[in-house]
Amino acid sequence: MDITTTTDVPPPASPPSLTERKRAARGATRPGDRIFLGLSRGSGILLLVIMAAIAVFLTYRASLAISRDHGNFLTTFEWNTNLNPPVFGIAVLAFGTIVSSVIAMAIAVPVAVAIALFLTHYAPRRLSGPIAYVIDLLAAVPSIVYGLWGALILVPHLRGLYGWLDTYFGWTGILSWEEGAPRTMLAVGILLAIMILPIITNVSREVFRQVPRMHEEAALALGATRWEVIRMSVLPFGRSGVISASMLGLGRALGETMAVATVLSPDYDIHASLLNPGGGTFAQNIAGKFGEASEQGRDALIASGLVLFVITLLVNGAARAIIARRKEYSGANA
Amino acid sequence: MAKRIDVSGLTAYYGSHKAIEDISMTVEPRSVTAFIGPSGCGKSTFLRTLNRMHEVTPGGRVEGKVLLDAEDLYGAGVDPVSVRREVGMVFQRPNPFPTMSIFDNVAAGLRLNGNYKKSELNDIVEKSLKGANLWNEVKDRLNKPGSGLSGGQQQRLCIARAIAVEPKVLLMDEPCSALDPISTLAIEDLIGELKDRFTIVIVTHNMQQAARVSDRTAFFNLAAVGQPGRLVEIDDTERIFSNPSVQATEDYISGRFG
Amino acid sequence: MSTAAVTDKRPGSLSGARLPKWSPWAIAAGSVAVAVGIGLGAGLGSKVQWGLIAAILFVLGTYGITARVEGRRQAKDRVATSLVWVAFLLAVVPLVSLVWTTVSRGVKVLDVHFLTHSMGIVADTETGGGIYHAIVGSLEQVGLATLMGAPIGVLTAVYLVEYGRGRLAQAVTFFVDVMTGIPSIVAGLFILSLMLILELDPFGFAGSLALAILMMPVVVRSTEEMLKLVPNELREASLALGVPKWRTILKVVLPTSLGGITTGVMLAIARIAGETAPVLLLVFGNPFINTNPFDGAQASLPLYIYQQYAAGGDAAYDRAWAASLTLIAFVMILNLVARGIARWKAPR
Repeated sequence: MDITTTTDVPPPASPPSLTERKRAARGATRPGDRIFLGLSRGSGILLLVIMAAIAVFLTYRASLAISRDHGNFLTTFEWNTNLNPPVFGIAVLAFGTIVSSVIAMAIAVPVAVAIALFLTHYAPRRLSGPIAYVIDLLAAVPSIVYGLWGALILVPHLRGLYGWLDTYFGWTGILSWEEGAPRTMLAVGILLAIMILPIITNVSREVFRQVPRMHEEAALALGATRWEVIRMSVLPFGRSGVISASMLGLGRALGETMAVATVLSPDYDIHASLLNPGGGTFAQNIAGKFGEASEQGRDALIASGLVLFVITLLVNGAARAIIARRKEYSGANA
Repeated sequence: MAKRIDVSGLTAYYGSHKAIEDISMTVEPRSVTAFIGPSGCGKSTFLRTLNRMHEVTPGGRVEGKVLLDAEDLYGAGVDPVSVRREVGMVFQRPNPFPTMSIFDNVAAGLRLNGNYKKSELNDIVEKSLKGANLWNEVKDRLNKPGSGLSGGQQQRLCIARAIAVEPKVLLMDEPCSALDPISTLAIEDLIGELKDRFTIVIVTHNMQQAARVSDRTAFFNLAAVGQPGRLVEIDDTERIFSNPSVQATEDYISGRFG
Repeated sequence: MSTAAVTDKRPGSLSGARLPKWSPWAIAAGSVAVAVGIGLGAGLGSKVQWGLIAAILFVLGTYGITARVEGRRQAKDRVATSLVWVAFLLAVVPLVSLVWTTVSRGVKVLDVHFLTHSMGIVADTETGGGIYHAIVGSLEQVGLATLMGAPIGVLTAVYLVEYGRGRLAQAVTFFVDVMTGIPSIVAGLFILSLMLILELDPFGFAGSLALAILMMPVVVRSTEEMLKLVPNELREASLALGVPKWRTILKVVLPTSLGGITTGVMLAIARIAGETAPVLLLVFGNPFINTNPFDGAQASLPLYIYQQYAAGGDAAYDRAWAASLTLIAFVMILNLVARGIARWKAPR
């Protein structure tokens, strides 16, 4: 159809091709423009290539390992990559990663929200600025330092808490303690909570600060107390922001390596009690097993890393989706 | 139910800046009192001192007395929260709670007070929405979010929310300035109906509006920019607009300045 | 029309009974006193427990006393206030402890000798030795990573803001978000998989590659924000003078936002300087000085901390703390300078 119509009409003197017209629209007709556009677009494409390469290479090496695995990669409770054939599975790691992150979130989210509220609604104004600044800086402390502090300072201090939990909640099974060093899942969870506290606090504080004054005044004028103002207008407005902040924190907790590697005394098994040594996380297992791993073992570790990669992608994707939805929502009500 | 307000020697600050100085007046119960005056003359600030909303602004503080039927709002041991229960407020821009339904918006203040039965809540919400002339427009979608209403409807929803807790006084801070003329008319009619039950104080930039809705009018002015605002005079609306006792008022009303 | 009178459930007067202003302090003091009593009486060893008991007593006491005097709603309000304060104080304890311990333990062996000597033949259990080799390694790896990550990041941001329309830009934006969330160990595993294929041994530059991957999305995001702050009028003014677009970007847009971009890059450097996991996999660590990042295992500061910790013993712990202090100091100085630049160069 197109061909017949175009042959009827003689083409204009110099028909600009589609790409040329596009280029002209972007103002990229000069050599300098073309080079600069090429460079910057090339960088963007390079980023995509890197992401694709990460997925491809991890999947390739992982498939090498999994095809040799004589256990079930998802359900086996062992990590014996030096056997021939190797037997390994991620069940323990998945369990440990989830348990430690859940503990971290359960502690960090309420505390972070409380601190964010403290900074926006309770603290004297002169204090809140500097405190927020310091919390900002704390988010930049390298995780290895948190790990060192956790292993040498936090862990010894946890004995009291462990004993107390064992005495009063030992009967539950998940909080019974055999008096070992407190280098267990609970300690890891607590340390991760401390580490992700600054980031969740910062993002939540930003969200709470954006609550329109008029919503708070609406509640105040009805005779609401400060807490009721927070419940009626601040928290509903900030909820999606807090959720996405928590997801960002969760992403960090899931992928945290060094802090877990220093604190946890690993044991490739699942235990009922959080106070007894046992379990491991994806990232910690990679760091811990890497040194003595053969090539076959390294591929197995890469396979577990691929699982971690996918999990963090899902969590971060969810966080972004929530942020994007929030933008629409707040725009509609602006 | 409506109460009289007696203000004497009231001065309000933002930090070290004095926003209004030495204001005394009486607001009669069951009447509409309008505050007029040029921008920045402190009429909104003064309005916000009448339910202790002024001190919510960082640095805001107040000296002087505001008596609500002989009880000083700023007396020792007075809880600002209970003051705001007695003195309701409607804001310049409609501000329904965006995450709440229409019903919940109206019931919000009641729920703070605790234990109303479901049927009681239903009754009060219906009564308040009828009182705000909004019932017929929203009765079929009480569970839809309040932010889905038009601007004028949202403002009437805010009025319904404010009168649901049966305040003694209703303060309105330029309630129509963000609305179109038809919605404005609806609100003005509503104010006329509400004054049988409440003491109403309204800040407005629109002098025709003041003339239309109010019984008494107070004119505020400031000597110069940066100077605190003062009350020039307060009188029956008719007199203010026909034969004010102060020259500045006449100049302002006839449009010679401001 | 329901005219059924609903009983007014409010107290008639404006001024209910109120607690005096000093009451929170009194309740706090009382809870602390009782907690100390319980702690001493029950012989609880950990001071942390004393603090927790005091905090719980404080919250419960506040609720009980306020509910009795002022009513339930006020009590809830006060409990919320005290919970928020308690949460803040609870969170401050570990964070202050972290900073305090690092500084107080770090200064023990941190001196010129420590900064200018490598571990060399010093055994982990002995005292002595230093972090010179680790500083050299860190600077080279982070430097090379910055040389790769920062330009690519900035150029990508330029593409997204100045040229980006359509599918490609959307994909890049999306994957930059995704990349921000990659755990550092996964970036390390990616380079590791390449090294396994190419049969390479650990070397510094491999670490740089992983660090660059971690750095890029951070730089893209911050640069994007900064470029968006440049008003369109500036671009149009320049284009209207007949300046080509690429020169407009180079001479007008980038200089205007230079302060902000620098800040973003410095914050990204601060972030990757503390990364341990990829370095552990790819650079391996080396007690000797190796100044060549392209050949052989190197040391790095965060890795050094981990290895000294893993070695165990007081001498090694002291070195780990001193190295931590050095690392934190480096990161904090970068942060403070970056924020300083941001404030100083903020677009007016």
